[in-house]
Amino acid sequence: MNADFTLLIPEFILAGAGFLVLLVDLLLPREQEHRRNAFTSATAVLGLAVTGVVAATTQMNTGESFHDGLLFIDRYSLLFKVLFVGIGIAVVVMSVDYVAEKMSHPGEYYALIIFAVLGATLMAESGELLTAFISIELLSFSLYVLVGLSRGDARTAEASTKYILLGAISTAIMLYGISQLFGVMGTTRFTEMGGLLAAAGDWDMTLISGFVMVLAGLGFKLSMAPFHMWAPDVYEGAPTPITALIATLSKAAAIALLLRFLAEVGSGAVHEWRMPLAVLAAATMVIGSLSALPQTNIKRLLAYSSIAQIGFVLVGIVPNTVIGANAVLLHVIGYAFTNLAAFTVVIIIELKLGKETIADFAGLSKRAPVLAMIMTGALFSLAGLPIFAGFLTKFYLFTSAVDKSLEWLVVVAVATSVISLYYYIRIVREMYITETEDESKLPVPALLGLLAWVLFAGTIAVGIYPAPFVDATNAAVTVLTPWVAL
Amino acid sequence: MNYAERHVLETLIYLPMLAALVLVFVPRPQKTVIRWISIGSAIALLVMSVYAFLAFDYDGGARFQLQRSYPWLEILGIEFAMGIDGIAAPMVLLTGIVSAAGAIVAANIQRDNKDYYILLFLLIAGVYGTFVSMDLFFFFFFYELAIVPMYLLIGIWGSSSKFKDFDRPKEYGALKLVMMIVAASLLIWIVIIGIYAEAAAGSFNIEIIMAQVNAPGRFSETFQSVMFLMTMVGFGVLAGMWPFHTWSPDGHVAAPTSVSMLHAGVLMKLGGFGIIRIGMMLLPEGMQQWALLLFIIGTINVIYGAVSALAQHDLKYVIGYSSVSHMGYVFMGIATMTSVGLTGATLQMFAHGIMTALFFTVVGGIYERTHTRDTLVLNGLASKMKWGTAFFVIAGLASLGLPGLAGFVAELLVFIGAFRTEPILGALGVLGAAITAVYILRLIGRTFYGERDKKWDNITDLTSREFIAATILVLPLFYIGLYPQPLLRVIRPGVDAILAGLGA
Repeated sequence: MNADFTLLIPEFILAGAGFLVLLVDLLLPREQEHRRNAFTSATAVLGLAVTGVVAATTQMNTGESFHDGLLFIDRYSLLFKVLFVGIGIAVVVMSVDYVAEKMSHPGEYYALIIFAVLGATLMAESGELLTAFISIELLSFSLYVLVGLSRGDARTAEASTKYILLGAISTAIMLYGISQLFGVMGTTRFTEMGGLLAAAGDWDMTLISGFVMVLAGLGFKLSMAPFHMWAPDVYEGAPTPITALIATLSKAAAIALLLRFLAEVGSGAVHEWRMPLAVLAAATMVIGSLSALPQTNIKRLLAYSSIAQIGFVLVGIVPNTVIGANAVLLHVIGYAFTNLAAFTVVIIIELKLGKETIADFAGLSKRAPVLAMIMTGALFSLAGLPIFAGFLTKFYLFTSAVDKSLEWLVVVAVATSVISLYYYIRIVREMYITETEDESKLPVPALLGLLAWVLFAGTIAVGIYPAPFVDATNAAVTVLTPWVAL
Repeated sequence: MNYAERHVLETLIYLPMLAALVLVFVPRPQKTVIRWISIGSAIALLVMSVYAFLAFDYDGGARFQLQRSYPWLEILGIEFAMGIDGIAAPMVLLTGIVSAAGAIVAANIQRDNKDYYILLFLLIAGVYGTFVSMDLFFFFFFYELAIVPMYLLIGIWGSSSKFKDFDRPKEYGALKLVMMIVAASLLIWIVIIGIYAEAAAGSFNIEIIMAQVNAPGRFSETFQSVMFLMTMVGFGVLAGMWPFHTWSPDGHVAAPTSVSMLHAGVLMKLGGFGIIRIGMMLLPEGMQQWALLLFIIGTINVIYGAVSALAQHDLKYVIGYSSVSHMGYVFMGIATMTSVGLTGATLQMFAHGIMTALFFTVVGGIYERTHTRDTLVLNGLASKMKWGTAFFVIAGLASLGLPGLAGFVAELLVFIGAFRTEPILGALGVLGAAITAVYILRLIGRTFYGERDKKWDNITDLTSREFIAATILVLPLFYIGLYPQPLLRVIRPGVDAILAGLGA
């Protein structure tokens, strides 16, 4: 049994950074809001960056299972670790001005972001259901608090209540599912479960219901139909940087866990779950894109569009192949860049105008041409147009599905893409074509502006020079052993 | 291959992108600098396009030439592969000519010309990329890249029109155009993924896939039949195929001059090119099954477009519908599946691209001076716009197929091909040409001749920029009309290779 705790150094650094942020907050005088905000955010960025660098430099060739498969420290978890740390840094940076203006507890805020990143990282590493469950809870609890952290807004109160209640129910269901699976198989380790399932014949009811309940729990985190209802309200009510965190970090972590779970546990019994999951994927795409059409609030619109995006991701998960998993990971990377870029622009607009409806984007091409360009790029990327990440990753996802006689799913995916273009182009139209009386220039805060540029560049980089990203995803998915035999 | 030959095709893609990137960093008020950077880049593109065309070895050279390939995404079998055959080479030349003229005319844009040129160059990069791509992924990549900027180009810089019974706001034209073409392009997306899976060669490269087309057990008749129909509709929408042509007149009416030039001049040709490239080359049996339908639709296009043009009295609507009509000859030529017909179709794409661009140059000039395009109001402009009239008349005569101009050669070849295969439809096609003569001559008569209204007394002739742009377009129109050999001998080997693949 491998109990080498040095494997977990990045996680220890991350946890330490979280507490350090709280300590820094404690040591600075209460009344110096601005200084506390600056110091805690800087500490958080530093902690996240150190974690990322340490992980990337020391674990490049690691392929270990910790405590017989409780956690896997391998290229797969490394990719997600680096991605999550990157998302964490971006979210902290986009929060600085937001916190200064709208919130009062910078220490707790940044520390909770770090703990959320830690939870997400552990989800990507989990090789066992209870560990996975605890990691999900760590991520979820951090998010529950973060969503409700800016008090006094009715929308926030609603969002946070809804999120906690539905989240609690979904985790309870998942836990019940885990107990059923344990009852049938006598183990919760993915590798052992995979072996048992491959040998098993027809599934009995307990097994099926256990599986369904675990997937329902993950489906909630993913906002996969029919577990997506919470997303629009929570997206709208949460502080915008936290919305970005939910849209990217929480989704990507759930995808990481789901992909490893299905590959390790489900590969031997693909025929049992492929069709149901394909149907859910189609439903998610259709519901997400149709519901986005009438939205007037940009955050709600991005919520529905992210539901549709999860449907696209599932198109790559359903085939259960190396190519499909590659496509999923590449899409997650491109989607993180794209969505964070879009949210950065939304935050700037919200800070400058105090509102975030689509109509507030009117005339943005005059008032802040660079922001309009970056937002257009992000929206076109979400719509799947070249030269942005979304074009390649969608193409990749859909191509991966066609091999496994899932042509109908590809057709649904392609059709929903047209619908999605329509509502993305509405925002572009507001920014560029709608005439406004107020054409005064919007000042763009330096830090947020720089962040937007970096994320925009990332969106284009994935779209036109994917080689380094693909090398990383390919190294990551090949460690998921069952595929090597397929 | 020497250095220039190795790199010319990729430069045709990189240069417009580079120009767009440079323009991003030029300060907005520097309008003159922006103009000169753009016109300079466009002329460099023209020179390189001519070079690529001349470097094409028509006499016993390989089928795809000036090839260049870079690995891009090996796990899926995507490579950034370029090469041109006898069909693509004239299209590259056409793009160079029309882009240069378009960029020069676009210098008239006053408002935010920086953004305008950035989008225009992205569009041009997309068009070049589609014509030279030998990899289906990049074919589709550039195809979409060429369409998307259109929305903003028309939506921002276009013009809204009020007619007696209906309004056409520019957003309407822009959205209709982009949504219809993108929706159709998703059919192409499905076709490309389908062909990739069916070929099972693990590659998107056209040459590799072509080798699989006749392999036993692959590309079954049903598969080809379904896929070809999707290809035909998918590309047909962009090429203005009836009954999916409706975006074309509305889009052209809303679009600013240089966008109309590029759109009718080269973008619509991507549709015809796509049917040849994917439909004929990769789905030969599907082509044979659906040839008659394509032939019939092509004939309808010719007649329907011409009759609609007859009923219009807005200059841009007339030209818009005449484009629909002329693209019909391209469909007819393709559907003949004969050497002479397909050569005619390719030449028609070239000739029509240039003559429409010329039409729009003059129409745009008239609109900027008179702020109307209504032929019931415009009259007697010839005495004030001597050069404008001359250029418009040349374009009109080319359009109605006067011998000595490029349009005649192209239409003649299409008709010869058509009469050999489907004489009745061919005869209807000729009828379309006769209607064209009616509406073009009537248009010229009304707008330029007759008694001049007083309000047009202060109209000025074409500016030197417009004159240069029109000259760039007129020269090839005459050259090809009088001496089409340079173009024909390049097109011929490409066409013959495709027909050999059809087993015809």
